[in-house]
Amino acid sequence: MPRLLGIGITELTVRIVVLAKQVPDPETPPSQFKIDESTNSVIPPNGVPPVVNGFDLNAVEAALLLRDAGAEVEITVLSVGSDFVMDAMKKPLAMGADRLVLVDDSRLDNIDSAATVKVLAAAIEKDGHYDLILGGRQASDWDQAHVTLGLAEVLGLPLVSLVQKLELNGDSVSLQRVIPDGYQTITAPVPSVLTITNELGEPRYPNLRGIMQASRKKAETFSLADIGLSSDDLAPKLELKNLYIPESNKQVELIQGEDEADSGKKLALRLREEKLI
Amino acid sequence: MTSILVVAECDEQGEISQSTLQAIVAAKGLVDSVVTVVIAGEAPASASTLAVGKIVTLSSVDDADAGIYDQATAVISSLVESTSPEIVIFSKSDFGSVVGARMAFRSDSAFASDCIEISNAGDGVSVTRPVYGGSALAEFEIPTRPAIITLRAGVYEAGTETGLPLIEAFESDVNVERVVSVTGTVAEAREGVRLEDANFVVSGGRGLGGPEPFSVLADLANALGGAVGASRAACDAGWIDHSHQVGLTGKSVSPDVYIAIGISGASQHMAGCSSSRAIVAINKDGDSNIFKEARFGIVGDWEKALPSFLATVRELKA
Repeated sequence: MPRLLGIGITELTVRIVVLAKQVPDPETPPSQFKIDESTNSVIPPNGVPPVVNGFDLNAVEAALLLRDAGAEVEITVLSVGSDFVMDAMKKPLAMGADRLVLVDDSRLDNIDSAATVKVLAAAIEKDGHYDLILGGRQASDWDQAHVTLGLAEVLGLPLVSLVQKLELNGDSVSLQRVIPDGYQTITAPVPSVLTITNELGEPRYPNLRGIMQASRKKAETFSLADIGLSSDDLAPKLELKNLYIPESNKQVELIQGEDEADSGKKLALRLREEKLI
Repeated sequence: MTSILVVAECDEQGEISQSTLQAIVAAKGLVDSVVTVVIAGEAPASASTLAVGKIVTLSSVDDADAGIYDQATAVISSLVESTSPEIVIFSKSDFGSVVGARMAFRSDSAFASDCIEISNAGDGVSVTRPVYGGSALAEFEIPTRPAIITLRAGVYEAGTETGLPLIEAFESDVNVERVVSVTGTVAEAREGVRLEDANFVVSGGRGLGGPEPFSVLADLANALGGAVGASRAACDAGWIDHSHQVGLTGKSVSPDVYIAIGISGASQHMAGCSSSRAIVAINKDGDSNIFKEARFGIVGDWEKALPSFLATVRELKA
């Protein structure tokens, strides 16, 4: 009988931390994407709530696939920020994750990735034991694609990026890592840090039971002080000087024939005229 | 004098890659810059005429850790520590993205990825990078040194100048224990021309409605001697393999003509094709973003417009 370490947790349980970030909905129509140039920040569009970064949901899905494959896993979703919208942040719980841990502090609004890595590392140390740390390949707001990589460095853990498939084998994980014309097969030890890419497949939709369960769960929250950090630890390495929407001066030439079939023909002739085909 | 390290990569032919040549131009564009190029392994013959002052080869890095880059990260970190450059520039490639980020966090240095401009700013350096999937640009100042940067391909033009660099080897006794092991590589079969090299790309998106229409797109691509691309939505829906994905998280293409069919033109997609010579769009929705980026377009049903377009292309090519 495996030793019981907590409710539903035994020494055989594989503990997985999934990093998740709340971002403005990337499906926001471009016409509604606006920037306040006095504060260099994005103006939240009216009526479009934030979402969990889509790539992070790939990482949640990766953890759930390990459970589907028969592994005994505990999935903790960890996020750093402020002004969390619970309807958005509970989506991973509704998909099947077990816990939601938030480092929620107004000073964490608009911190850079160097500070984000420090906060994540401190929160993970504080929260305790883990076997795998999974992150999405990048966040759809700042597109930096390096928080998970940096976290591996700061925690001193092995790292594999762009994982599209994973399988647990006791003390190691077998992975497929995407490369331009195929994939590499890789074996990594546990614990390791992995970034999961969208080639893994679409994240599952929460079902009704999942949504009900998520609504009953409460997020566990830490303040900055709880994890032993202060404002001094959040100094940015990159100073944002200017955030703006680039101007486009392109003018499209619309081809209009008598009907769509005629337009298709005229388009080909026009491209030939321009020596493009 | 600003001392800059450019970390080189080689292409499939073993020559210094175009993106490295572009990074050298970006580095030399900075005021009072002294540029050193770092090459893992042996330097190819063409390196001896690069228009830079010095080339440093790293004999202790080879392809053995390709994809994991534990050894490359350790050796380049130790080179940076011993030579104290003010700026380190990588290409925004798989290698540059992983090694650059790991080096920066290992040494608690500043890191800016996927930059499209690098310039001097007082005592520091200023970079511009696309954010929010390309919907906005952000300009940052990096006050601390070294600043570690990855540069997007295609924004600087490779130079034609030649020079006579000093070539020296950096001997390092760093030998990391390999805790992660690559056990194999599986190449996926590819028909016809490589997407990244194609002069014509025919891409389909959500508006195609399913996997079947991609065969019509393939017919058009074949007629043009090009390749088939797709938006992330079409790939994630399983209509076509992810190896065809064009965009921020897929492949970057710069063909003569990029034909977007049923693609709305979200900025994440445009990030992968906006350097095409001409974008041609066919889409039902005249308000969609793709028409803001396209040079030619048809507002209408692709099912009606595409057959006559394909037939006319075939006649013109006959």
